[in-house]
Amino acid sequence: MPRTGFLLLTLLLAGMALPAQAQMAHGAMDNNAPASGDPASAAPFGPPVTDEHIYYHLLFDQLEGRFGADAAFRWQGQAWAGTDENRVRLRSEGFVSRGEVDDGQQELFYSRAISTFFDAQIGARYDLDSKPGRGWGAIGIEGLAPLFFHVSATGYISGEGRLAAKLEGSYDLLLTQRLILQPQAEMNFYSLSDPARGIGSGLSELDAGLRLRYEITRKIAPYVGVSYTGLYGGTGDFARAAGAPANEVRFVIGLRTWL
Amino acid sequence: MKDTASNPGPRLGRRRFVEGLALTAGLASVGASRGHAADYAPGPTTLTGDRFDLVVASTAVNFTGRARTATTVNGSVPAPILRFREGDTVTLNVTNRLSEPTSIHWHGLILPNAMDGVPGLTFRGIMPGQTFAYRFPIRQAGTYWYHSHSGMQEQTGLYGPLILEPRRPEPYSYQRDYVVMLSDWTDDDPMTVVSNLKQQSDYYNYGQRTLGTFIKDARRDGLGATIDDRMMWGQMRMSPTDLMDVSGATYTFLMNGRPPAANWTGLFRRGERVRLRFINGSSMSTFDIRIPGLAMTVVQADGSDVEPIEIEEFRIGVAETYDVIVTPMQDAYTIFAQAMDRSGYARGTLCVREGLAAPIPPLDPRPQLSMVDMGMGGMDHAMSGSGHAGHDAGGAKSAPAMDMSHMDMSHMSPEELKQHMAMMAAAAPVAPSSDTVPTSNADGIDPASLAGQPSVDNVAMQTRDRLGEAGIGLDGNGRRTLTYRDLRALHPVPSSAPPTRALEFHLTGNMQRYMWGFDGRKFSQAGPIRVARGERIRFVLINDTMMEHPIHLHGYLFELENGQGDRLPLKHTIRVKPAERLSFVFTADMPGHWAFHCHLLFHMDAGMFRTILVS
Repeated sequence: MPRTGFLLLTLLLAGMALPAQAQMAHGAMDNNAPASGDPASAAPFGPPVTDEHIYYHLLFDQLEGRFGADAAFRWQGQAWAGTDENRVRLRSEGFVSRGEVDDGQQELFYSRAISTFFDAQIGARYDLDSKPGRGWGAIGIEGLAPLFFHVSATGYISGEGRLAAKLEGSYDLLLTQRLILQPQAEMNFYSLSDPARGIGSGLSELDAGLRLRYEITRKIAPYVGVSYTGLYGGTGDFARAAGAPANEVRFVIGLRTWL
Repeated sequence: MKDTASNPGPRLGRRRFVEGLALTAGLASVGASRGHAADYAPGPTTLTGDRFDLVVASTAVNFTGRARTATTVNGSVPAPILRFREGDTVTLNVTNRLSEPTSIHWHGLILPNAMDGVPGLTFRGIMPGQTFAYRFPIRQAGTYWYHSHSGMQEQTGLYGPLILEPRRPEPYSYQRDYVVMLSDWTDDDPMTVVSNLKQQSDYYNYGQRTLGTFIKDARRDGLGATIDDRMMWGQMRMSPTDLMDVSGATYTFLMNGRPPAANWTGLFRRGERVRLRFINGSSMSTFDIRIPGLAMTVVQADGSDVEPIEIEEFRIGVAETYDVIVTPMQDAYTIFAQAMDRSGYARGTLCVREGLAAPIPPLDPRPQLSMVDMGMGGMDHAMSGSGHAGHDAGGAKSAPAMDMSHMDMSHMSPEELKQHMAMMAAAAPVAPSSDTVPTSNADGIDPASLAGQPSVDNVAMQTRDRLGEAGIGLDGNGRRTLTYRDLRALHPVPSSAPPTRALEFHLTGNMQRYMWGFDGRKFSQAGPIRVARGERIRFVLINDTMMEHPIHLHGYLFELENGQGDRLPLKHTIRVKPAERLSFVFTADMPGHWAFHCHLLFHMDAGMFRTILVS
């Protein structure tokens, strides 16, 4: 567990340091922009605007306690750094319950804007938690589907030829300007079972939630809601064998926040 | 100041519009330089002559109750009013006491390119500790302004009025002369504001459609129509409430550097003619201005004389100026400048003695964009006609947006609509001009290729002439409002030869990604637009986005082709409405690198900027 925590922290810090460094480099470039000396160029004395500026954000959609038959802490978030077109994106999610980290999926992508509303991403995922780790290559898309559904779909392949897929979707329903109801769902699929990680083949898991948040500010939004976690097929069997429920509805309380 | 708290309107209930302090430290510097307390000051100090020493520095201010740092000229926000005389050659020594480069651009002035003050294009900027001597002849008269062209300094306070006194007597008389400079102030770092928009483009929009507005609309229009409407906007992934990117949620709107609670005041004696020089020195805010109970006679637009026209209200885009003359007969009037998205206002008072105030009107209802703004208006016409899928040529008077029900499309399913749009996009070639001037896209692109690009969320299928419209939220509000078509130059334009060439620019953007550009490209992705020296040229602007963009051309006053024959009004900045197609003409007689950009600061910085290279 300490090792896992350390690794997680390292990954997070790496994700945050990257944009900071990039920004410093960018700032230095601005101040020292030399005259190109080419009077036929659009800007002989350097760029007049910062349209290639590197921005970065860290966002936690879920940072919550789940309370039902048993309690768990859940996080799901992402960080990105980059320009309008090209970004480095880090996604992280997992559970902590009874001192064990579970379902810890850490992903690092290069993300590129490919259409008006969608980014293509390519990178890697590492399942990093209290169970044996697994590494995957990852490729997917993320964006805004018609009717304002936030969706992402990612496919994975491991060194041993295992395949996996993750589908996510959410929708923000504005009850008022600050009171927002968000249905959300995530599904994980695996081509082969992985008993060491308690995973069966096929649709392994559905994690869905309905969260009602209040945006005190855009960046600070406490919420309450319910979550449903369903473990299916072999995954469900593994859970039941371990004495854990395969279907759980829990009350959640948490904070959606971003920087 | 309880007035706004009691304003009606459920959409305003969540507003966090900051009215600011009654006595602001931001003005203390102005007050101090005038040698008395800061509880009353009729705007910034005025400097006259032909030699000016200006010091750009960081100065502590407090507009909202929180101490912040502004970028100031000689210690004040706005910067001092500079009065030049037509025919003089002025020298301005600008010293930079900031820790970053600065610059000053003389907005709307016709001057040598090297004096235009655009870092990157005309010089490197003024480095910290350095002094740059601007020196140029004054070739015009009227109301203009100046501001930084470096980074975000315009947002943090570096803007000030310019008054160019004419050599010859003016064709109108007045006894009082006040500058009314509007601006927007945020306590946040402007780069944080931009960054927030990159993550969540509706960050500052607290006037969005909700479950409540859905129920209200369903009661009014029927459930089916309301669902269709939501489906339509949802298909496009756009919001009809997207009027201003940054709102009163973070902005405090200032009049001559004073928040509403501090009530900037201009004095008069009953029956006097008072000239008000309105300047919108905002970074991102469009205002609708009126003085309840007082008609205004517009005599100048962007510094150039126009035939006097009496109105009750006008819209002023970022960087525009309008001079009006009023003849107040009562004791006190409110100058009311509400933000276009009705998220707040700037306010001041005209009165016969200090300390008076008139009622502050409630904010108008918040308007919403329609399908017309998306470039889908007049669809029935486009659908029935086969060869008219392109764009209206200039001249046709179009119906105001308000009259075009946003339910035009309600009979079409999203799928039908999508097909139809694809068909329309394919059928809409480069817009024909109203004459035979050869027209080409400024960036050499095929506009049909714009759809679907990451930088483009909409391509208007049906553009129209909207110069006869006052704008969203104004048309049909019961007041006499100014339109661009009303502007008629007082004197014939010196050179009214037809242009030999036309360049077409699509104003493009993707609100979700907060990307802005021309022809789908940012500044860094495009080269200069080359124009031959002496060439008489037409620029055609086509707004594919859902927002109004105040487009500014440096170094020239252009003739807006608004149908006024040989009296086309001269402008330096023109607001282009959503789905509008308009054009202007100018003679490129000044060589150099001239900036051409959207004057919404964050759009400009995002790359909605081109260099016009005249050589």
